Amino acid sequence: MSDVAERVKKIVVEHLGVDADKVIDSANFMEDLGADSLDTVELVMAFEEEFGVEIPDDAAETIVTVGDAIKFLEKASAA
Amino acid sequence: MRRVVVTGLGMVSPLACGVELSWSRLLAGQSGARRIERFDVSDLACKIAMPVPRGGGDNGSFNPDQWMEPKEQRKIDDFILYAVAAAEQALVDAGWKPSTYEEQIKTGVLIGSGIGGLGGIAETAIVLKEKGPRRVSPFFIPGRLINLAGGYVSIQHGLKGPNHSVVTACSTGTHAIGDAGRLVALEDAEVMVAGGAESAINRIGIAGFAACRALSTNFNDRPKQASRPYDRDRDGFVMGEGAGCVVLEAYEHARARGAKIYAELAGYGMSGDAYHITAPQESGDGACRAMAAAIKRAGISPADIDYINAHGTSTPLGDEIEIRAVERIAGNSGRSLSMSSTKSAIGHLLGAAGAVEAIFSILAIRDQIVPPTLNLDHPSVATEIDLVPHKARKREVEFVLSNSFGFGGTNACLVFQRPQ
Repeated sequence: MSDVAERVKKIVVEHLGVDADKVIDSANFMEDLGADSLDTVELVMAFEEEFGVEIPDDAAETIVTVGDAIKFLEKASAA
Repeated sequence: MRRVVVTGLGMVSPLACGVELSWSRLLAGQSGARRIERFDVSDLACKIAMPVPRGGGDNGSFNPDQWMEPKEQRKIDDFILYAVAAAEQALVDAGWKPSTYEEQIKTGVLIGSGIGGLGGIAETAIVLKEKGPRRVSPFFIPGRLINLAGGYVSIQHGLKGPNHSVVTACSTGTHAIGDAGRLVALEDAEVMVAGGAESAINRIGIAGFAACRALSTNFNDRPKQASRPYDRDRDGFVMGEGAGCVVLEAYEHARARGAKIYAELAGYGMSGDAYHITAPQESGDGACRAMAAAIKRAGISPADIDYINAHGTSTPLGDEIEIRAVERIAGNSGRSLSMSSTKSAIGHLLGAAGAVEAIFSILAIRDQIVPPTLNLDHPSVATEIDLVPHKARKREVEFVLSNSFGFGGTNACLVFQRPQ
């Protein structure tokens, strides 16, 4: 697992209070991990904080799974 | 109006998490006061408080994880957590678990707080200043709003009846129980979970009340002696935190389901001082009128009151005004009256005070014993009223009056009666 993936998954486990083994790339934050709309806003904020990047609202809307977040943040932190 | 009874009790106090342990420690003369360790007090005039004892849940310690998921705890201020714990205890105690839609819509909640999420507001203001608006959590607002204590309780237990809240400073808990009783009496609900919650032991809370000159500052090295209502050396209140909740129920509803009945909520009275934002009116007129209204509503005379759980915060001004007001109400019956301030043991729980003290009043009826006023070594005024110094006292308790007087000149009193 990449460093980015590891950090993303740790944040998801902490913020959503879910078991680590459920936080797989295909897991959908709302459908699979029990997040509501406020949880997803907070998750994006936590990603921004952890990776020191800004995630605009239109980009945030495309991040619906754990894998989406990892992909976005790998690209953003490589830039 | 319909008769309203109390069928469930729940409490998180500076003495313990749980009603029975808080009560037995209160009767044993224990105090919840200690030096503040949660945050830096080096530059604060007041360095003591009565926090809820935290721990793994054994021996009366409060373990947040027993009452709320850790991920939810992060979103809210502690007053909501305490309210959730007290409400759950009260509902379990009452044996009332609304499961059908019909049961849910006739069960409501009315929980107040004096200040709500003060700590979270202060912390988020710093985030806003240092990191900007994009770092303000989406849970900032819903985790600080006062009515969200009741909101969380209603969601957790499926309470779909009236969903209401009260904010009247130190009278909050008393108003909440009184107002909820009216909702039951007027048939807006059959069952109400009512009470108050507070969590203002933080730097900004202590700094703010210290600025009002309301807190004790002379006993930083002897915290357990600091809260000393009616004593000549008192110099302010000691801040407590926690929550109290009761289950109020229409008498017929409680009887039909065979619920145990602790007491009847017999009277409720309110008044305003229209005098000063923080100081009580010197004549005690507002306090007198609130007590008189509650006694009148109960259909009794002042001489029928056996015990008063006083507001008695341990401030120089307020305590004597309350004694004089009670003497004026009681007249010649003062000699048979016991009045104590349990704030001597648990401190001032602000918006939760009235709710926790109502519960102690109800337990005084159940156990026919009145709790003590700790540290009352040298009463500052002579009175014929028994102020129950130092030790709990066994006595007949048929009617109790619970007093609360708040900033803004808001007064509220409840009368509870032994169940018939």
